[in-house]
Amino acid sequence: MSALPGLIPGVVDVAIVGAGPAGMAAAIVLARVGVTVAVFDEGPTLGGQIYRGIAATPLKRDTVLGKDYWRGSKQLEEFQASGAGYFNRSNVWAIQSGGEDHAVAASRDGQAQALTARRVLIATGAMERPFPIPGWTLPGVLGAGAAQIALKTSALVPEGKIALAGTGPLLYLLASQYISAGVAIEVLLDTSTGWRGLTALPGFLLSPYARKGVALRSSLRGLRIERGVTGLRALGDGRLKRVAWHGGELAVDCLLLHQGVAPNLNLARATGCALDWDEERLAFAPRSNRWGETSVPGIFVAGDGAGIVGAEASVAQGRVAALQLAVQLGAMKDSVRDAAAMMVRRQLRKALRGRRFLDRYFRPADECLVPSGDTIVCRCEEVTAGQVEDAIAQGAIGPNQTKAYLRCGMGPCQGRYCGLTVSAMIAAATGRSPQQVGYFRLRSPVKPVTLGELASMPSNDAARRVVEPA
Amino acid sequence: MFRRLPDDQRAIVRLSFDGRAIEAREGDSVAAALLANGIVQFRTTPAGNNPRGPFCLMGTCFDCLVNIDGAANRQACMIPVSAGMAVQTQHGKKSIT
Repeated sequence: MSALPGLIPGVVDVAIVGAGPAGMAAAIVLARVGVTVAVFDEGPTLGGQIYRGIAATPLKRDTVLGKDYWRGSKQLEEFQASGAGYFNRSNVWAIQSGGEDHAVAASRDGQAQALTARRVLIATGAMERPFPIPGWTLPGVLGAGAAQIALKTSALVPEGKIALAGTGPLLYLLASQYISAGVAIEVLLDTSTGWRGLTALPGFLLSPYARKGVALRSSLRGLRIERGVTGLRALGDGRLKRVAWHGGELAVDCLLLHQGVAPNLNLARATGCALDWDEERLAFAPRSNRWGETSVPGIFVAGDGAGIVGAEASVAQGRVAALQLAVQLGAMKDSVRDAAAMMVRRQLRKALRGRRFLDRYFRPADECLVPSGDTIVCRCEEVTAGQVEDAIAQGAIGPNQTKAYLRCGMGPCQGRYCGLTVSAMIAAATGRSPQQVGYFRLRSPVKPVTLGELASMPSNDAARRVVEPA
Repeated sequence: MFRRLPDDQRAIVRLSFDGRAIEAREGDSVAAALLANGIVQFRTTPAGNNPRGPFCLMGTCFDCLVNIDGAANRQACMIPVSAGMAVQTQHGKKSIT
């Protein structure tokens, strides 16, 4: 199917948001059993962030991006042959759920359209966890994930003196990719707090992650790694000049930060899906049953957007959700679903083996989750940790009050880069769990939409449902 | 700020940033094109007029907002380059004209 906006259908069985591993996997299963599918993705090409740009990357040497990246090609081909509708550069900004079907609004090239979907699968994947340190808003400081996107899509690598800082598998993977591309790294500043993963070690050693970890470590030979780093800060005036930590300082041109990823949950949250706090993975995720159906009937989640699981498990989760969607839509018998689900769940369990160790071993340090003083919490509205602390002292008992007091979380990113921090700060200050504190209330549109886009939206039943109050 | 690995053999696209001619490659996002040309500050913030550049490159942080062909608040990381595109630094708040 073509990716022209005019061809977005008015009615579809399943609308899928996100063309990464989970979204593509679900679409393939659904298309096979004759369910009509429309997959929307903000990006220009298929693959989500993990397989970002896989069909178009100028970096074709397979040694730099690695085998795990190129593995995505197979799924891409299957998806393209599946007959599922695919709409790239399409931003889904509202889902109005109601009874038997749902209204979904999407924008592409400044033109908004709404369609009716009998079911919706939200597969919006992950984003880098906020990393609020002094100076993290300076030009020259980027996410390590961001730098990897630049590498995948445009074969770009940083110039000059480069430092990587934080924790998590992606930080080390990027270091290894740079080394194999011939890029010199001044230092990797590891902020993880030590060996908390021991209890989960046996499972890890039996998983494919152990082999990958060994290969990764050997590729990093010669790299300067500072461990147990605390007091991390970026310094500069107008742009990044230096990186400092307790016991060290270095002139740098580029600082790449990373402390793991968290579900990109704004769309699910704005759709009304209940969230739960996951203490193991230190993040909120939409609550879902064993088929991925959320607290809102007919709205499903799969992949990293439902809780960080990695690419392979995301594929399995996408398939599991698709099986149940097919049954609900009358395209599959229960018995067929159950037989298939048994196999897919076996793949899922295998793919999840070793994750617990990774979650614990790369757990971010408390001081990198709960900032203080002049450190900016909300990048958009430039609200500092000190201001949030004051608001809490004045009685802001939940994240929504910090919005009212400080506009924290009300800029264009809609809390994506401060939501976890604000909930963590309130939890720490009031001695409650993040589950009790909760997360920002979010409303559609989840991405900025112009009045012009709204005004020119073709009028139909779905369009009225998304713009009129329920 | 960033340099291109020699692997990139895509066709050259010419555009401008603040009136200066720059070169990009077909398929680059505007953000990638600017970074490859040593440009790291894309805007100043509406809240405090502070310099900002791209941070996430995947459409979630909104720190790479620029003015493209006269339209403000465009996400440089989500928009592909095209020939003759005029990109400008975005200063503070968008004004209503």
